Amino acid sequence: MATTTETPTDSMGRATALAPPSLSSRAKARMVSALLIMPLVLFLTLVFVLPLGGMLVHAVENGEVGEALPGVAAEMRGWTGEGLPPESAYAALARDLKAAYGDPRLGEASRRLNYERAGYRALLAKTARSIRAIDRPRAGWTAELTAIDPRWSETATWAALRRASPSLTPYYLLTALDLRMDDNGSIARAPAEERIYIDTLGRTLWIGFVTTLLCLVLGFPLAHALVSLPRGFASVLMVCVLLPFWTSLLVRTSAWIVVLQKEGVLNGLLTRLGIVDAPLELVFNRFGLYVAMVHILLPFMILPILSVMKGISPSYMRASASLGAHPAVGFLKVYLPMTLPGVGAGCLMTFIIGVGYYITPSLVGGARDQMTSYFIAYYANTTINWGLSSALGAILLACIMLLYATVGRLIGVGRIAGIQ
Amino acid sequence: MSSPTRVLQYAFCCAMMVFLVGPILTVIPISFSSAGFLSYPIPGLSLQWYEKVLAASGPWLPALRNSLIVGTGAMALATLLGTLAALGLARNDLPGRSFLLGLLIAPMVVPVVISGVAMYFLFARIGLTASYLGLILAHAALGAPFVVITVTATLRNFDTTLVRAAYSLGASPVRTFFTVTLPLILPGVLSGGLFAFIFSFDEVVVALFIGGPAQRTLPRQMFDGIRDTIDPSILAMSTLLVGVTIVFMVLLTRLGRGTGSKSGSKA
Repeated sequence: MATTTETPTDSMGRATALAPPSLSSRAKARMVSALLIMPLVLFLTLVFVLPLGGMLVHAVENGEVGEALPGVAAEMRGWTGEGLPPESAYAALARDLKAAYGDPRLGEASRRLNYERAGYRALLAKTARSIRAIDRPRAGWTAELTAIDPRWSETATWAALRRASPSLTPYYLLTALDLRMDDNGSIARAPAEERIYIDTLGRTLWIGFVTTLLCLVLGFPLAHALVSLPRGFASVLMVCVLLPFWTSLLVRTSAWIVVLQKEGVLNGLLTRLGIVDAPLELVFNRFGLYVAMVHILLPFMILPILSVMKGISPSYMRASASLGAHPAVGFLKVYLPMTLPGVGAGCLMTFIIGVGYYITPSLVGGARDQMTSYFIAYYANTTINWGLSSALGAILLACIMLLYATVGRLIGVGRIAGIQ
Repeated sequence: MSSPTRVLQYAFCCAMMVFLVGPILTVIPISFSSAGFLSYPIPGLSLQWYEKVLAASGPWLPALRNSLIVGTGAMALATLLGTLAALGLARNDLPGRSFLLGLLIAPMVVPVVISGVAMYFLFARIGLTASYLGLILAHAALGAPFVVITVTATLRNFDTTLVRAAYSLGASPVRTFFTVTLPLILPGVLSGGLFAFIFSFDEVVVALFIGGPAQRTLPRQMFDGIRDTIDPSILAMSTLLVGVTIVFMVLLTRLGRGTGSKSGSKA
């Protein structure tokens, strides 16, 4: 049994207060800790984890066709996908369409089928309208449906229905990766003019990388200046770092637009000084995006590096100098390695926040600078394609979580948050 | 360090100061302009843009009211839950502590556009979109990590012998908490709460998805204004917000020099 002094003390000191803790009192103390954490864990589970989980489900969920047209969806499970389906499938489709007429779920199923094959929405609407007039088919449903629209005699029409029928689909995730499942069920690349999401993801990661690099190049010397320059100057510098940090993102973004735009402050100054003849294009393009993003993200780089630098005793550098190392060598071999945990945490935060940016690119970027988050929001809000929005979100999230886990393992989760 | 290097270092720092605060300071005089264009020289001084922003019939005051409602609600919830969780974490006796910490700070790491869209999908199903409650819950979840981090940092410097002293004098755990622990960690709790409030007060993405027309917050109003056409009334609002920011910064500095950063990194 441990004595009081050897037992790790907790912040409240309850279990360890006076008596040596028994096993049951330790279990009780642990219970108290659990009760303290539980409310937030539960709250985050409901309001944060559950929605994210739901989003991952949306990315593969495919209930629309099965719900609106259950009979034909079941028929599709038994069909091999070759040639045309049997008469029973045509009959099931006719029954389903009659039953679903006017049901809003039929609209959702048409929208889903339209993703698979353009024109499907119109085809279903036309077929559903015409089929109500037919009580009893004269020569079988295959003939009736083909008479309504010849597309019902095409394998591709039925293949699309077959792909959209199961309750789970790889369609959205494939689309988000510019892939497509063709009529034979094999996976192929999307037609060149429709390949946009991989490019967008690449651009997102590239913009995040460049921004992080710029922040590191500017932030590291600035953090070093904050610990090495005289107190008075350093505290003015610190205010200059913190003021933008605390200022509203929208205030900063609008300020950059005012400074950089064509009739803006900077162009006015440059023209008046005769440095340029015509105003420069400084904003609503990649340049403006980098400027605004570096400005916004710089503190996220500086603060973790600064907190590590503050803990490095100057005696290390003195020791390396007294052993004959050139200051530059001492800096590279002694000082720099000790700052790496801060650099790691700063780069991770900057990159993660950067690749998730939505507001800044949409306000100061051009049409060709939109990042994955733009499409996530666009499909969620404008076209109501929750599946694709979720799939794009899931892929971006996977990239970030991979990085978070890797860096977290290298330098510790606590350090990323700044609490070791 | 040799003197040319020093000069270079000072020059670099001055250039960075201009980069960091220059744009913010540049727009302040334009907000007092008597003209509608956004450049120098300013033809004359006027308070017309402030009158426009503060007009009772304008969109800005209801937006400010909404922001205050949502911010206060989110702050209260995040501070309560976050402080309790930080107290539990600091006791250091739970298994899987780093997993728990990872979960608690995850809302900070996941891009807001992803959490916002995910919450929108779920909230739409249960009727929480276009409601104050939905927006408050969402902002509280995303703001809680700031409280956890700030309070955890404060608790690390907390002297546990004081608690033991209170116990030895016969105080109950609850009484000890309210008379000893809470007063000592209060600056950390308050700055954590302030972080949560500022987060909510400046948050656009979730507000875009979850807030309806009746919950239009200040950042949302600004976002629409900037996307439309920027006129000096946006800059007047910006100037007012910079003033508020400075007040917050002074408050945070007063609340304890050890806990003053959004990511808690200085602590």
